[in-house]
Amino acid sequence: MAELSGKYLVGVYDDDDTVLHAVPTLRKAGVKIQEVYSPFPIHGMDDALGHPRTRIGIAAFIFGVTGCCVALTLMIWTMGIDWPMIVGGKDSISLPNYIPITFELTVLFTAFGMVTTFFISNGLTPGAHNHERFDVRATDNKFVMAINLGRNSMSEDEISRALRDSGAEEVNIKQF
Amino acid sequence: MHVTSPVREPLIQGGKTYADVTEDICRHVEGKPTKEWKIAFGISLVVLAYGTCCLAWTWWEGLGVWGLNKTVGWAWDITNFVWWVGIGHAGTLISAILLLFRQKWRTSINRAAEAMTIFAVICAASFILMHMGRPWMAYWALPLPNAFGSLWVNFNSPLVWDVFAISTYFSVSLVFWYIGLIPDLATIRDRATSKVSRFMYGTFALGWDGSAKTWSRYEYISLILAGLSTPLVLSVHTIVSMDFATSVIPGWHTTIFPPYFVAGAIFSGFAMVQNLMLITRVVYKLEDYITLEHIETMNKVITLTGSVVGVAYITEFFIAWYSGVEYESYAFINRATGPYWWAYWAMMTCNVISPQLFWSRKLRRSITFTFFISVIVNIGMWFERFVIIVTSLHRDYIPSSWAMFSPTRYDIGDYIFSFGLFFTLFLLFSKYLPVVNMAEVKAVIRSTSAQLPKKIAGVAKVRQREAAAPLFNKDIE
Repeated sequence: MAELSGKYLVGVYDDDDTVLHAVPTLRKAGVKIQEVYSPFPIHGMDDALGHPRTRIGIAAFIFGVTGCCVALTLMIWTMGIDWPMIVGGKDSISLPNYIPITFELTVLFTAFGMVTTFFISNGLTPGAHNHERFDVRATDNKFVMAINLGRNSMSEDEISRALRDSGAEEVNIKQF
Repeated sequence: MHVTSPVREPLIQGGKTYADVTEDICRHVEGKPTKEWKIAFGISLVVLAYGTCCLAWTWWEGLGVWGLNKTVGWAWDITNFVWWVGIGHAGTLISAILLLFRQKWRTSINRAAEAMTIFAVICAASFILMHMGRPWMAYWALPLPNAFGSLWVNFNSPLVWDVFAISTYFSVSLVFWYIGLIPDLATIRDRATSKVSRFMYGTFALGWDGSAKTWSRYEYISLILAGLSTPLVLSVHTIVSMDFATSVIPGWHTTIFPPYFVAGAIFSGFAMVQNLMLITRVVYKLEDYITLEHIETMNKVITLTGSVVGVAYITEFFIAWYSGVEYESYAFINRATGPYWWAYWAMMTCNVISPQLFWSRKLRRSITFTFFISVIVNIGMWFERFVIIVTSLHRDYIPSSWAMFSPTRYDIGDYIFSFGLFFTLFLLFSKYLPVVNMAEVKAVIRSTSAQLPKKIAGVAKVRQREAAAPLFNKDIE
């Protein structure tokens, strides 16, 4: 939740289906929705809101390739170049024996790299913005829609009415 | 939109709403520890203290306090290690492989199973440290620049692969578990009344707010983590089996080991999950979340993997004879009829025969019977590792080197240590963290709970609207 400032209209829904179908209705009516907060993932919500597809998979792939290269470089250099050793009559560089560790380090780098990227891209840090949220019930049983009034050309009343019509059970005003 | 056929039993019973889920799961986190919990925790601490004393003496005095001898150089230490690592396979299997297979019943049990995995791997790792004898030199297993003429670790050795496999498995499982915990920690943070718990849960919730953008990335990385963990979980026990299979000891040098070990790991892991969940569901009153359906499904997995293990035992025996290698044949005949026959037949009875009883629907839906069989399975799986390790070693090539192994109080004490550690950690987890993944249960409740009729009506309406104007593709599941 980045750069929160201004006046918001907060629509509170009590059902995930309702909020999921409210989003396209409201967007068609010309309301610019900032974000929807929910206690669990609602499939299709990011498409409905028009969020671009996440590129975190690309990051994961790059981390994986890095892990793979690190593992192979480490083993080929230590076993083959820095201190060549013949074990069990095999070549000092014997790729089949390097497969398990290459796999493990690829997984390790991918997992940690991807999760770190996830934390950074969502601004998840210990104790971050614990206080500035629209409605605390969004982690319990409510589905919360935030609309930044400053970025909408429609009036507060119009949006409020549209929210109610789309099934919101409460419409609150939140000022940051 | 996913709709479960009304013919199928709902996964979550009792007509729970989203708020009910939060309430039911958070109750035990927010309340004071119960008397039963305190007693159980006290016992675990006593056991852990006794085990720690034994362990301290083992390290102080050296591995000579164990019953090892020149012939049997690996016994309870590696048996316990493989046993715990095997148990530690169920959690990631449930959370990763079942996620990829879209098995929604996993949502009620994955949190506790993953926690169990992490604690079991910690116990396994403690045996690795123990059997090194000088644990302060454990870092020698890592490829670090050193003062020994920069001689590196031998990357051709499965023991070094094991170091990488176990540490990767542990850390990736921990990350996977923590990622799943964040939304639930945020729920507890938002309900917290005391300053301390708000601070603690708030710190670990990392400011989670549940925005659609975060959720979509969360689901994406969960899927990739599951995709990574699936081959990872299979690789770990494969590599553990290679500790044996790449050596030239008769009875160990077999290519069947990797799949056989992996099936055995899932088998024992599910049995341990059953044990813990059967207790947890009663103590925390989670009967609506962990239903008979869940127990039955897990019993089916136990039967399947138990059968795979049984086939592997028989295949091994057949191949020992069919290979025509007399050392190999002897190793197996000695297992079944030699001085350790009782261990072999304990293994056969517990692992091959007992899970077959679950073909009876009545038995696999009986809670008492399930609990009993789960214990039996874990005993059997311990004997399996004992048979593989001690029985294969104790008759060396030269009859003058034949020996028997008998455990000392320190062998036993160090095993007890791992139980103390495991239960202490599990009890702490079950008190201070939500034992059921609330966010995931809420996500499946919609399509599976007793509220179904209302929802189906809702879905039908939505379908009509969509037919008129397909606005976006939301049919992910």
